[in-house]
Amino acid sequence: MAASERMILNIGPQHPSTHGVLRLVVELDGETIVRVTPHIGYLHRAIEKLCETKIYLQCVPLTDRLDYLAPLSNNLGFALTVEKLMDLEVPRRAQYLRVMLAELTRISSHLIWLGTHAMDVGAITMFLYTFRERETTYDLFDLAHGARMNVSYIRPGGLARDVPPEFVSRVKSFVDEFPRRIEEYETLLTKNRIWLNRTRGVGTLSGTDAIALGVSGPNLRASGVNWDIRKACPYSGYDEFNFEAAVGRNGDVYERYLVRLVEMRESVKIVRQCLEGLPEGPIAVDDPKVVFPKRELVSKDMESLIHHFKLVSEGMCPPPGECYVSIEAPKGELGFYLVSDGGPRPYRLKFRAPSFVNLQAVSKMAEGRLIADLVAIVGSIDIVLGEIDR
Amino acid sequence: MGNERTAISKIKKTLGENAISEERVFRNETTLVIRKEFILEALRLLRADPDLDFDFLSDVCGIDWLGREPRFEVVYNLYSLKHNSRIRLKVNVEESRPSLPSAVNIWPTADWHEREVFDLFGISFEGHPDLRRILNPDGFKGFPYRKDFPIR
Repeated sequence: MAASERMILNIGPQHPSTHGVLRLVVELDGETIVRVTPHIGYLHRAIEKLCETKIYLQCVPLTDRLDYLAPLSNNLGFALTVEKLMDLEVPRRAQYLRVMLAELTRISSHLIWLGTHAMDVGAITMFLYTFRERETTYDLFDLAHGARMNVSYIRPGGLARDVPPEFVSRVKSFVDEFPRRIEEYETLLTKNRIWLNRTRGVGTLSGTDAIALGVSGPNLRASGVNWDIRKACPYSGYDEFNFEAAVGRNGDVYERYLVRLVEMRESVKIVRQCLEGLPEGPIAVDDPKVVFPKRELVSKDMESLIHHFKLVSEGMCPPPGECYVSIEAPKGELGFYLVSDGGPRPYRLKFRAPSFVNLQAVSKMAEGRLIADLVAIVGSIDIVLGEIDR
Repeated sequence: MGNERTAISKIKKTLGENAISEERVFRNETTLVIRKEFILEALRLLRADPDLDFDFLSDVCGIDWLGREPRFEVVYNLYSLKHNSRIRLKVNVEESRPSLPSAVNIWPTADWHEREVFDLFGISFEGHPDLRRILNPDGFKGFPYRKDFPIR
């Protein structure tokens, strides 16, 4: 074989370290990566097009299925977009609960990332630890709304229902316990020499490159760019909370790990503040054209029955117009671009999925590295194919 | 929110009064409809001018206004990290000539976004280094996000 001859290696779409149905075609010069070409779309369900055929409320369960490891973030982004278009302001209790749930979702998403990423790199034990706590977060979602994964809990106008009374104490015991768990993870990894060798200086991405490639979220901040949408354009009352955006420096796999650990600790801080300041009051706007009437009223009050019927059969109609709303989802900038023609269904709904954009940077991160680093690099980006393929 | 007004005046000054065919502010968001022949220059200006500095291309997507002429719109949602401001550029694309200049040389991130618009709406981008389908398989017939593509 001539020295200049390159080898093409196919990874996936069915491969445990690709975190779903991702296919990577790797061009190799010996063991050195020349280029990585991702092939995506294996999970394409045309969700954006489906949304054009559904009333707004029916779109909510579809957003669950974008980043299915952070459904509440997706619900929140979609709800905020519709609310902006309709010029609605949700009550403070709903805002606080939304923030609390979004941060618990961030913790839950980062836990899955940490467990699977560490397992990819060979630290299989991590998975057992992080999935223990992740299970607790899912119990909390279950408690709030009776579903673990596809919750559809945050809806345009507010929340589907109020949380049960024991929710607050259960969340409190979780956030009291969780910082100790993070320390436990750190004892396994942060100074572990194998982990350091596998991750430090690997998959480096400069801040300039990250911005040019549209990288956002923890991956961007690990490269030293301080952009957190919760800070830059606060939504849902984030400006009332005291927390730091986690920013790294080197932009390598190790730094992405550190940034996410800090983020989990900051999330705990935010959830604590939510618990302490949780206001009483309604959990949705008082507008029968947006939010369902109370169940007991539907069987007693003619007007409520009509509102209920109209909302189910016809749905809400935002005014004609368009808006783009983005939130800091666990994986980065999750944007919703919504175009309304005044009808009950979105005319066009585009999801700006952070994983889709972040994955584009994989080739830049991997070029010149050894093939053995690729699994660590792909894992460090934290992708979910559900939102990449949509 | 900051420099959207500056953006409008700079575009008009540099590219001429008729570069912008329409400007709208709705819910505090600025949308500019740019004439097709000016779109690349307008994008480049927004990226390169230090007073504007829209360095982050959040998203590119297509819209099909079936029954309207021109039929398609391509939408660029831009963000400036320095100025913490957003702006939206739109350009009309005719069905008879569904093609636009590519923005890959301004923002490398445009690569996959433009492939997606091509894949779903059949709008091609001149100068794109690797324009092929991205979500649908290569042999796929038709452009599924067009309004006349059946849902089932």
